[in-house]
Amino acid sequence: MFQGWLQIALTIALFVALAPTFGGYMARVYLGHKTLLDPVLVPVERILYSLTGTETKEEMTGWKYARAILYSNVAMALLIFFLIMNQGWLPLNPTGLGAPTWDTALHTTISFITNTNQQHYSGETTLSYGSQMLGLGYHMFTSAATGLAVGIAFIRGLTGRPLGNFYVDLIRSITRILLPISIVGAVALILLGVPETLAGPVVVPTLENPALSQAIARGPVAHFEIIKQLGENGGGFFAINSAHPFENPNPATNLIQIVGMVVIPSAFIYTYGVFANSRRQAWLIYSMVLAIYLLFVTLTAIGEYQGNPAVNSLLGSVQPNLEGKEVRFGWAQSALFATTTTGTMCGAVNSLHDSFMPLGGFVLLSNLFLQIIWGGQGTGTAYLFAYLILAVFVTGLMVGRTPEFLGRKIEKREVVLASFLILLVHPIAILIPGAISLAFPETLSGISNPGFHGLSQVIYEYASAAANNGSGFEGLADSQPASTGLWWNLSTCFSLLCGRYIPIIALLLLADSLSRKQPVPMTVGTLRTDTFLFTGVTAGVVLILGALTFFPVLALGPIAEAFQIAKGG
Amino acid sequence: MSFAREASRAVRTTFVLWLLTAILYPLVMIAFGQLVFPYQANGSLIKNAQGTVVGSALIGQPFTSDRYFNSRPSTTSYSTADPQKDDAGILKTGVSGASNLAPSNSALLDRIQGKSDPDPSQAIAGDLPRLEQAGIKPTADLLYTSGSSLDPHITVEGARNQVTRVAAARNLQPIQLEPLIAQNTEGRFLGIFGEPGVNVLKLNLALDALQPA
Repeated sequence: MFQGWLQIALTIALFVALAPTFGGYMARVYLGHKTLLDPVLVPVERILYSLTGTETKEEMTGWKYARAILYSNVAMALLIFFLIMNQGWLPLNPTGLGAPTWDTALHTTISFITNTNQQHYSGETTLSYGSQMLGLGYHMFTSAATGLAVGIAFIRGLTGRPLGNFYVDLIRSITRILLPISIVGAVALILLGVPETLAGPVVVPTLENPALSQAIARGPVAHFEIIKQLGENGGGFFAINSAHPFENPNPATNLIQIVGMVVIPSAFIYTYGVFANSRRQAWLIYSMVLAIYLLFVTLTAIGEYQGNPAVNSLLGSVQPNLEGKEVRFGWAQSALFATTTTGTMCGAVNSLHDSFMPLGGFVLLSNLFLQIIWGGQGTGTAYLFAYLILAVFVTGLMVGRTPEFLGRKIEKREVVLASFLILLVHPIAILIPGAISLAFPETLSGISNPGFHGLSQVIYEYASAAANNGSGFEGLADSQPASTGLWWNLSTCFSLLCGRYIPIIALLLLADSLSRKQPVPMTVGTLRTDTFLFTGVTAGVVLILGALTFFPVLALGPIAEAFQIAKGG
Repeated sequence: MSFAREASRAVRTTFVLWLLTAILYPLVMIAFGQLVFPYQANGSLIKNAQGTVVGSALIGQPFTSDRYFNSRPSTTSYSTADPQKDDAGILKTGVSGASNLAPSNSALLDRIQGKSDPDPSQAIAGDLPRLEQAGIKPTADLLYTSGSSLDPHITVEGARNQVTRVAAARNLQPIQLEPLIAQNTEGRFLGIFGEPGVNVLKLNLALDALQPA
């Protein structure tokens, strides 16, 4: 047991140690300072700017930035929808797959353009190598880069700078952050055993019974796998994602995958510290997120380590819950991966969340509700600051002062946008479609696990869509040809779009209005935001505003299930 | 800026980045994999002495008889099918999957401990009675289905608990099998990360090499 906690602690220590260096590097990239890769990348970027018609000097307002995101995302989505619907005759289709149903293609397109990668299909049996490599792999770069662009534009606005140019940020995020790390990571993954081939599946007779044949699915996996993790995308090449031995063959690849999915959102908080010239505040906020994350990892790990009491009584000893888990990862790496993937909005899984103990289910759902326990690519950090603005407002009310943040007055418009973002969009996108599905259990919900857990399955699916996470309680009958597939494909599209584009627009408008404010000088009367006290209040605001809305579903889902199991079924 | 100009910039960016990240990058990585690490890049396939492929070092196979170390229960039977009646097309693409049973779902306990039913098609044999009948002390990994349904490993304890049975079926001494388990155990990364596991396919291939089936 001690060994399990040690590997969890060391993995976390590794990505925390990377935060200052990598966060500092990202700050240099977005501030336009010199970096090591300049000699190679400056000419490449010049070509890209001229091919795309990007004017690097042009500054965008919040609206203009948002419009550029919407236009480009629509163009990218149309391309991928076309590729998926026509995969039957397009090249790179060694298994001869036809087009999926239109609703599956639509859901997949929207799911990948929004950086969610919720999958209502099985990779091996539904999508050709071409659809995955040319379509989904493409969205993994652009949707992650879009998130980073929004995050950095928000930080610029917050610190009183002009927001920048979306196309410059998009291109630089790819050329300077995502692509270089992906190339190095893909090489490492291939070396460690992840396939990278265009050849089709291999069929072999099995050793024990030659009359029985085994089909070994392969594909161009390694290059796809690394950006899937690094970009917090999470859409697996194979149905069973990072639990598949070809996506994640050993503990070394697992370490790369865990660090890969959390390194950007964790370092991004430090990037903010550089922009705001307040590393102290960055570290305080970082510690707050880290503390909640540590608590969550511990809870999940305890649940899985103690195992399922009903099965333990059959085994005659306490053994970990290995249902839906791989031997090479065990309880510790599975619990760590699950907590990290739901906290960071990656959504890849190396073990099946549906089979986690209720303690784990509680944590995973809470991560999706809060959205900031590292949070999505770029957007997660922006949410964190939206919470901070609300905390400034609340503390301002308590002490009777005009709330200020980084020397800028927080006024009605900012509070309205921040509270709209935090308090309204997420619950609406989750609870309303969730209630509709639960109202028609036979025709719509497609629940596979009876009782309290069934409620968790439905809520999890919408929470995962709205938080742009993409993991699932996968027992749910949410894909074609199940009769509930059409409903799930279309209704989650609503949550996916609401959870992505409304917050992006609101964040950019918020950043825009903050960047235009006259800075007010700091006096003794100013409420300091870089103190332990204020960080503590922020943590309270996060837990109260973020979690309380959803407490009833947590009580009816995982908490009730825990009592049911404790009482013995 | 006009709508047409904004739209044209969006379309141009879409195509340029597509060429870079969806065509150029994958092709370079595929070429690299095929040229530098062809064994890994093609799926770590294991070949026998005649040079025919017998499986992958990373993918498990179903083993249930007493002559072999048994693998974990799998929801897809390790992506296998009878080539004569593969109506579901499993051998066309290969599959992976999991039970997705919640810990509170009674179907999980039924699968593990078995369930009798007057209708034989409704009855479930159960993995626990199967192991007990075979004289194998059950471990968690041998009762729970894996995440991928292709898990190549069982725990070291799960392998040790099967030694007596396999040795008896093959008329070997248990002491001859212990080193095979040790040789085919894949340890933690750097001695720290992950859990040790015994690669069942490799172990059973070594077993056949020791004493041809």
